[in-house]
Amino acid sequence: MSNEVNKIEYVSYLEHQGRFKGLKSWIFATDHKRIALLYMYAIAAFFFIGALLGLLMRFELIAPGETIMKAQTYNGLFTVHGVIMIFMVVIPGLSAVFGNFFLPILIGAKDVAFPRLNLFSWWIFVFGSVLAVASQFLKSGPPDTGWTFYAPYSTTTGTSVIIATTAAFILGFSSILTGLNFLVTVHQMRAPGMKFFNMPLFPWAIYATAWIQLLATPIVGITLLMLIAERLFGIGFFDPNLGGDPVLFQHLFWIYSHPAVYIMILPAMGVITEIVPTFCQRKVYGYKAIALSSLAIAGVGFLVWGHHMYTSGMSENARWFFSLLTFIVAVPSAIKVFNWISTMYKGSIDLKPPFLFALAFIFLFIIGGTTGLILGSVATNIQVHDTSFIVAHFHYIIFGGMGFAFFAAIHYWLPKMYGRLYNFRRANIACIIMFIGFNTLYFPQFVIGIQGMPRRYFDYLPQFQTGHMISTIGGVILIFGLFYMLINLIKGARKGPKAPANPWNGSTLEWQIPSPPSLENFDEPFEVKANPYDYK
Amino acid sequence: MMSEKVTHIEEHRDDAASKLGMWLFIFTELLLFGGLFLVYSIYRAQYPANFHEASLELSVTIGAVNTIVLLFSSMTIAMALTAMQKNNKKLALRLILVTLLMALVFLVNKYFEWGAKFHHGLYPGSDLMALLERGHLLYFSLYFFMTGLHAFHIIVGMILLIVVYFKVKNGSIHFEKYFLLENGALYWHLVDLIWIFLFPLMYLIT
Repeated sequence: MSNEVNKIEYVSYLEHQGRFKGLKSWIFATDHKRIALLYMYAIAAFFFIGALLGLLMRFELIAPGETIMKAQTYNGLFTVHGVIMIFMVVIPGLSAVFGNFFLPILIGAKDVAFPRLNLFSWWIFVFGSVLAVASQFLKSGPPDTGWTFYAPYSTTTGTSVIIATTAAFILGFSSILTGLNFLVTVHQMRAPGMKFFNMPLFPWAIYATAWIQLLATPIVGITLLMLIAERLFGIGFFDPNLGGDPVLFQHLFWIYSHPAVYIMILPAMGVITEIVPTFCQRKVYGYKAIALSSLAIAGVGFLVWGHHMYTSGMSENARWFFSLLTFIVAVPSAIKVFNWISTMYKGSIDLKPPFLFALAFIFLFIIGGTTGLILGSVATNIQVHDTSFIVAHFHYIIFGGMGFAFFAAIHYWLPKMYGRLYNFRRANIACIIMFIGFNTLYFPQFVIGIQGMPRRYFDYLPQFQTGHMISTIGGVILIFGLFYMLINLIKGARKGPKAPANPWNGSTLEWQIPSPPSLENFDEPFEVKANPYDYK
Repeated sequence: MMSEKVTHIEEHRDDAASKLGMWLFIFTELLLFGGLFLVYSIYRAQYPANFHEASLELSVTIGAVNTIVLLFSSMTIAMALTAMQKNNKKLALRLILVTLLMALVFLVNKYFEWGAKFHHGLYPGSDLMALLERGHLLYFSLYFFMTGLHAFHIIVGMILLIVVYFKVKNGSIHFEKYFLLENGALYWHLVDLIWIFLFPLMYLIT
């Protein structure tokens, strides 16, 4: 804390010698940067498992009737795919990886507020993930309820629902602790001189996300506990045969799981907000509007859960009210999109890979967002409810949104994290392949969804075959692109040319320190700017 | 005590941060029970007559005794904190022990209360439960679920206080650094607070 310049020799966090050596120096690390990488490796592994399961489902759907698997296997597959992707990939995803790595750096802190709790969260995450994966291999068979665990089917099916819901409960606990850690970090650890409105916008997004994690997750926690108790003791909270109410389960489930969608997408928006100004060399347009719209999304997002349940039996008044609120929550999202595009206006645009991924994000997010309004209005929703239209919309938001933002983030920050550069040309090619594959995969599902293709069916009428065929081809292209990107990134991180401290000419704090950062991030005095994006 | 913002990794201590973290965690606990209170109120509205009859089965006396025991324990842990702030280690240790004793009394009481129900064949999953009217079934299910979850929190709170006890004893909690004791006390108040809601909902409103 003293102002004396004590010369500390620079050692990157990757080479820093702590209490432990070898593998232990990672799995017992309390350094936020190492924990971020731990999360990233785990999440990347689960992502590729989930993606391959998805591809298997696509192969099953390439032709009507039984193609490569039985109906029950298909039920297990879409449940496992959902549980892995939702609870183990996209909910922790950006905030646990890039939030952990860059939130402290961007606000000028040396670590998160509770480093040991941070490590503990990772361990809980791993424990929960192991349970979730284990539920697939137990004797009673993989759960076949879908990731939503809707009662009363989930209270009566013979498959290993209890293990899967316990896993989701434990993963939720990890999510709560991460959120709690980040909230305290933002409140207590900002560098001297950095007020809330001097923070870059990624921390703002993580901050809003942390509130959702903290306030929404306990509700799904207690819901899953009730579900487990119901299965163990036949309590009857949700089973109508025992006097319970299955719609109540849906309410309790979506009170969490709708805000959870914002846990997934808000950090993604934060990443894009960092990338756009850097590659346009422009001050971000409407800083406060973007910052506050994150909070607005978090706040209003708590009140729209009913739009998942228009057909479940709710009063007319509840339905139009939830519909109205759904339209309102679209406003702050649109504000962000307008602000990104306005930031580009008259900027000196540099089409490097991170920016290309960010553009793909914006394009896909606009499609996902506007189809969300079709689903948000009651009349059209009833037409397309539970069809593959939902599947397409959801994947446009979550994969096209959160997924592409994750890819943008890794291309943006990899030079900082590993101190090496990847091959730009291959990264651009990967982005284009994935963009084409993605649209080929999911766009036909909008079309056949409107025509009446139900979701979660392993068989279908012959009229949908063309759409399914195109979709499966898109899936293959997308997987190819994913592996192409992965190989390029791994090569870059291991053997790429050394990265300078500021390869993109960025203005936020992470670019003021060496690549990769040292253990304590800031060995030398640094400048806290009033506006973090002070390009011309 | 003023806490200064410490961003150095060697001396990673920020009492205000620890307290803020505990308060946030307490919010999540309240929301956890909040979900149950919501379910309770929905089914109470749906089966008012059944809930009325079923709640008469509980002994208000035992419930009231337990309420007093918990309120008393909340007071003793608050006193322990004050004693620590005044650097009276011995008194603080004694008061933590009294708190733990009260917690134990609560659990023993609960044990007899639950035991009597079990003895009558009234427990989750029993044959008798399946024969009950729907409202009765839901009431007793909620009773066991909510008081069970609360008892679990009592046990967690006790473990926390036992850890705190030994840390006070070996001096790693002292009068200039007592945020762990403070957080333990906060958690204990939460456990007490939830009971303050459970008691009227289950025993008093008929």
